[in-house]
Amino acid sequence: MDQLNNYLYISAILFSLGTFAVMTRRNGIAVLMGVELILNAANINFVAFSRFGGMNMDGHIFSLFVIVLAAAEAAVALAIVINIYNNLHTINVDDAALLKE
Amino acid sequence: MSNFQSISFFYPELILTVVILGAIIYDLFIDKSISGRVGWVVITGLAFVALAIHFQNGLKTTTLFSDAIVLDPFASFFKQIVILATILVSIVSLSSGELDEYRKGEYFALLGIITFGLFLMVSSIDLIMIYISIEIVSIMSFVLAGYLKKKARSNEAALKYVVYGGFSSGIMLFGLSYIFGLTGSTNIFQIQQSVTQLDLASSTALTLAIVMILAGFGYKISAVPFHFWTPDVYEGAPLSITAYLSVAPKAAAFALMIRFFNQTFADGGAMNGLDSISLTQLPWPEILSILSVATMTLGNVVALQQESIKRMLAYSSIAHAGYMLLAMPVMSGDSIYAIMMYLVMYLFMNLGAFFVVIIVKNKTDGESFNDYKGLGWEMPIVGAAMTLFMVSLTGLPPTAGFIGKFYIFASLIKGGSTFYWLVIIGGINSVVSLYYYLKVVKYMYFEGERTDKILFPPNTLSGALIITAVPSLLLGIYWNPVANWIQNSLVFFIQTL
Repeated sequence: MDQLNNYLYISAILFSLGTFAVMTRRNGIAVLMGVELILNAANINFVAFSRFGGMNMDGHIFSLFVIVLAAAEAAVALAIVINIYNNLHTINVDDAALLKE
Repeated sequence: MSNFQSISFFYPELILTVVILGAIIYDLFIDKSISGRVGWVVITGLAFVALAIHFQNGLKTTTLFSDAIVLDPFASFFKQIVILATILVSIVSLSSGELDEYRKGEYFALLGIITFGLFLMVSSIDLIMIYISIEIVSIMSFVLAGYLKKKARSNEAALKYVVYGGFSSGIMLFGLSYIFGLTGSTNIFQIQQSVTQLDLASSTALTLAIVMILAGFGYKISAVPFHFWTPDVYEGAPLSITAYLSVAPKAAAFALMIRFFNQTFADGGAMNGLDSISLTQLPWPEILSILSVATMTLGNVVALQQESIKRMLAYSSIAHAGYMLLAMPVMSGDSIYAIMMYLVMYLFMNLGAFFVVIIVKNKTDGESFNDYKGLGWEMPIVGAAMTLFMVSLTGLPPTAGFIGKFYIFASLIKGGSTFYWLVIIGGINSVVSLYYYLKVVKYMYFEGERTDKILFPPNTLSGALIITAVPSLLLGIYWNPVANWIQNSLVFFIQTL
């Protein structure tokens, strides 16, 4: 059980760091890295629960799916960032502010 | 049911997959100038998919692919709704001026993939499937929101969408991981079983997980306080996509939310037409009431101040999500019925309103109120249709919107005196919305020059306008067919362990 707790602490810390990055970073790429941290924190949870919680393989499978989807999302997100750079010559999230009330 | 046996029940989705692949391949062989033809391929294919779903009507409810998704009338109902929205939006996209500079083949293929994701979303009963289906829909929506590559506004919409979307689905995933840890299962029926047996010590973790999951769902239906992306994305995305995002993914997210919350954290009584009893310590009715009141009030109040009709409709769609959320706290069979009824009405009136915006955008290349000056005289049919949609969105009789609101409020009153205050706030909100909806009508008929020159939109747009306008009026007078359809669709797959 103690081993499980260690993993849960790590994932909670990763999750907090990811959330912090999304909220404070203004660079588009850095924000996306924050999102990746959150996804990987969840992955650690799934695998740890599966391994130490005495559960079935579902957690491992889930984390594999998450890795694939995270890759797909990152590909699309980076394409969008490149597009933003081509049009606005910046990847700062705050500078992209044409849409305002 | 095992994977191999399931395939014979999965044929609507298989047909859809073939259509998508066919669209992608066909697009490779034709010139850019005629790439709109791919749209017709997709529309025809979707019609066949709708037919296939219709043939599944009499089947016994069952699970497919080792308990990953279900086949039940409730899911089929939402699949038909999604198909209808996709077909209408595809027809309109063929003549949307914004898209003319770009190749349209991929656009229609992506719409098909979103449809596929929404199909999985309305029928998933497994946490893995829920997450995958939400991501399929999200990732494709990111691409479509940024489809106008050369327009900075569209790029910005896509960037905001991807940041908020990735963030909220990440939070939801983290919540799901705690649910998995607490219950040891990814199947929602087994989770329900385990939730009843949880001790008090786990209730904090469970509450945390539920709040995180609510963030994910709230983002999909753009409920306050997870709505920040909505106005910007809706304004920057191509109009046809805005219309689509405001209807189809929202309907599917409501379906998923109804199934997930009633089945996982309550006893699923609403699935049998009774009242659901919560299995957790959380005060569900209060939380959902506050969410819905905040959502519709913010949507309506901010919509009052908008200069652009597109942005006004974005806020109005937030407000309508709030109206639908109103019925959620009751957690009874009636409230599910009311939400489904509202979604049907909302589909026609909201898509119709966006189609008029597309027609005006094609004509004047603008979306602000000033572009609507004198429209009622210049394009009489479009003006009349827009007036109808605005009245219907307000919820005045004898239009479809009134029937939708009527069922929502009726389910609240049936739910008991604790929900009466929601009816009052909902009523006040409808009155507030009257101001900005009728402002459009005022601009169309009482501002600008009266002309004798009469213009007509292209055939495809007129057709789509008629398909949405006729039900918006007719369903306000004679809604029995829809009522019967919903009544027959209120059959859920329920697994007793």
